[in-house]
Amino acid sequence: MRSLEELKALKAKAEKELALREDTSRPVITVHMGTCGIANGARTVLNAILSELQTRNLTDVHVTQTGCPGMCHYEPLVTVTESGKNPFIYGKVTPENVKKIIVQHIINGQPVTEWLVNLEK
Amino acid sequence: MEFYRSHVLVCTGTGCTSSDSRLLLSELTKELKANGLEKEIQVIETGCFGFCNLGPIMVVYPEGVFYCRVNQEDIKEVVQEHFIKGRPVERLLYREPGAEVHTQEFDDIEFFKHQKRVALANCGLINPEKIEEYIARDGYFALAKVLHEMTPQEVIDEIKNSGLRGRGGGGFPTGLKWQFAANAKGDQKYVVCNADEGDPGAFMDRSILEGDPHAVLEAMAIAGYAIGANQGFIYVRAEYPIAVERLQLAIEQARNLGLLGKDIFGMGFDFDVEIRLGAGAFVCGEETALLTSVEGKRGEPRPRPPFPANSGLWEKPTIVNNVETFANVTRIIRYGADWFASMGTEKSKGTKVFALAGKIENTGLIEVPMGTTLRTIIYDIGGGILNGKKFKAAQTGGPSGGCIPAELIDTPIDYDNLTAVGAMMGSGGLIVMDEDTCMVDIARFFLEFTQDESCGKCPPCRIGTKRMLEILTKITDGKGTPEDLENLETLAKTIKSASLCALGQTAPNPVLSTLKFFRKEYEAHIFDKKCPAGVCNALLSYKIVPDKCRGCSLCARNCPVNAISGKVKEPYVIDAEKCIKCGACMDKCKFGAILKG
Ligand SMILES: Cc1cc2nc3c(=O)[nH]c(=O)nc-3n(C[C@H](O)[C@H](O)[C@H](O)COP(=O)(O)O)c2cc1C
Repeated sequence: MRSLEELKALKAKAEKELALREDTSRPVITVHMGTCGIANGARTVLNAILSELQTRNLTDVHVTQTGCPGMCHYEPLVTVTESGKNPFIYGKVTPENVKKIIVQHIINGQPVTEWLVNLEK
Repeated sequence: MEFYRSHVLVCTGTGCTSSDSRLLLSELTKELKANGLEKEIQVIETGCFGFCNLGPIMVVYPEGVFYCRVNQEDIKEVVQEHFIKGRPVERLLYREPGAEVHTQEFDDIEFFKHQKRVALANCGLINPEKIEEYIARDGYFALAKVLHEMTPQEVIDEIKNSGLRGRGGGGFPTGLKWQFAANAKGDQKYVVCNADEGDPGAFMDRSILEGDPHAVLEAMAIAGYAIGANQGFIYVRAEYPIAVERLQLAIEQARNLGLLGKDIFGMGFDFDVEIRLGAGAFVCGEETALLTSVEGKRGEPRPRPPFPANSGLWEKPTIVNNVETFANVTRIIRYGADWFASMGTEKSKGTKVFALAGKIENTGLIEVPMGTTLRTIIYDIGGGILNGKKFKAAQTGGPSGGCIPAELIDTPIDYDNLTAVGAMMGSGGLIVMDEDTCMVDIARFFLEFTQDESCGKCPPCRIGTKRMLEILTKITDGKGTPEDLENLETLAKTIKSASLCALGQTAPNPVLSTLKFFRKEYEAHIFDKKCPAGVCNALLSYKIVPDKCRGCSLCARNCPVNAISGKVKEPYVIDAEKCIKCGACMDKCKFGAILKG
């Protein structure tokens, strides 16, 4: 360790890996993975989300899973939750849709309204 | 960098390792791989979470789901349900005693809610075997700060202002100790970390070393800068293999990154640390004995003064500090003396880690602000006394400490309050006792320990503790005589004032403190030949209550010495002469007809 800068750089890198264990105010993406969701391709959606986040280095976005919310005909479902706001639920998500959701909603804060299934709320 | 969506933290501290967390770990790794999840879900080994009686413990992030008592056989279900379908496995979640529903998240659990984690801040949260995780949580920034922004005197002043006192037992102000060593003349000085942790049942220091070893290394380097030392030694007991291994690894990683070694941060400061293994004698935790042992000689104490700050290791100025003391130092430098001093009581600042043990629901490791009452610790954090029994007393300070009786349960716990009631902070052992505990027997237990551990160098301790133990044994054997109490008190005074080191000086404490609060129990043993708690075998007798006995003969058939006789369908009787008081009859009786007293 030759300098403080070197330590800071090391921290910045390491911090990203640990962000998963910290409470962040950043959005949480929940993939609904009941049997129905998985049958409809929720796993490929999940993998697409992960690789998109990785490409964009968005380490402070948490990805979790949950069960079936009962809207099986809309599967695969993905919910984006930001603290203090109502959740946005996307239906019939495909791996191809993922990119747009991440860029438009997660990065720019504009939900992709045409794909939402809970707009009435 | 790999991108994982989930981190699974598995405790591999000593507690969980002994409940087979390693088996679970390998099963988990295998199962994740089998399901193609090994690139999505990262498994991380951590140090102790503190909730040891629930081990093995596993926490899943980002949700923070807290699983306890997880078996190897449970892993398939966790992977299928939680990691594939996202449904936490209900039956493995923690449930508060008496509560209907399971508590899902870590932060909601009562046991953790009342705690304040300073020294244990990283324990259970980071992988102690990866220096990067320590750095991610601001590790080594305190060292960077002192080297870049502070003079050694400013560092000492900061520690003084924080009010930090030694966590190894004595409670001596840490800043002042550093000042003495800084002022001492000498071109070679040393920093020594006392990780001997000899108190029976204590595992605070062990958990810090296993869970956050870098915190101690960083603080030792800070201390080295403050007093002008370039070499540190950690004296750790050889019975702590996981701690030793992780320390060794931590030292190597720090050296590789240049956080130990020459010219740290290019600021011209050199510091390195070596491990010394102790062979487990209690007296080697005493600082002068410890230093003698580090020098390679037999670990025996020597008179002070001279104090180590002036003449310590190889007669050079040396500071000896406890593991937990060092763990606090790093955080004081990082967050400031005022932050630290805002916690605790007037003369005891910050927090204290306790090893909670005995007749209590939640045993484990806890950290609370100084000044927390025993009531909060026992009932809110500890979940109350086992089996709904009555709380009788708590023993603090291990073999050098004393007990706090139930009537003082609202005493705020800090150095001075504990000393005032005749107990002691000690290193942080806290043993909870219920109504079935005999206080004379407890005093005898601790004295047996100190008597055995007395190094024998000075006669007051060597002979005095032996004589005291003889008297206590005599009392618990039902052979006590009226003058015993007086003799115990006289002996205690002499041993306290004439012993060479604090081992002897504090050895009589458990006796004095139980005599102070539970004298009636001693008197019952001596005058009435009774042990009110029903513990001391010699003073017990078993009787059959004729009205309740149905004459089933079960007791007689189970008595190993044929001390019970009678006719079937008539009340049986126990021959007190033959009875060896094993209690087998009482355990077997289905009608509650056998009484002990
Ligand atoms: C018999 C005996 C055993 C001790 N054992 C320990 C121990 O295991 N760990 C410890 O830190 N201090 C122990 N001490 C206290 C040390 O002598 C010393 O006060 C302490 O390490 C100083 O560090 P601190 O100021 O940071 O507490 C013991 C003292 C005595 C008399």
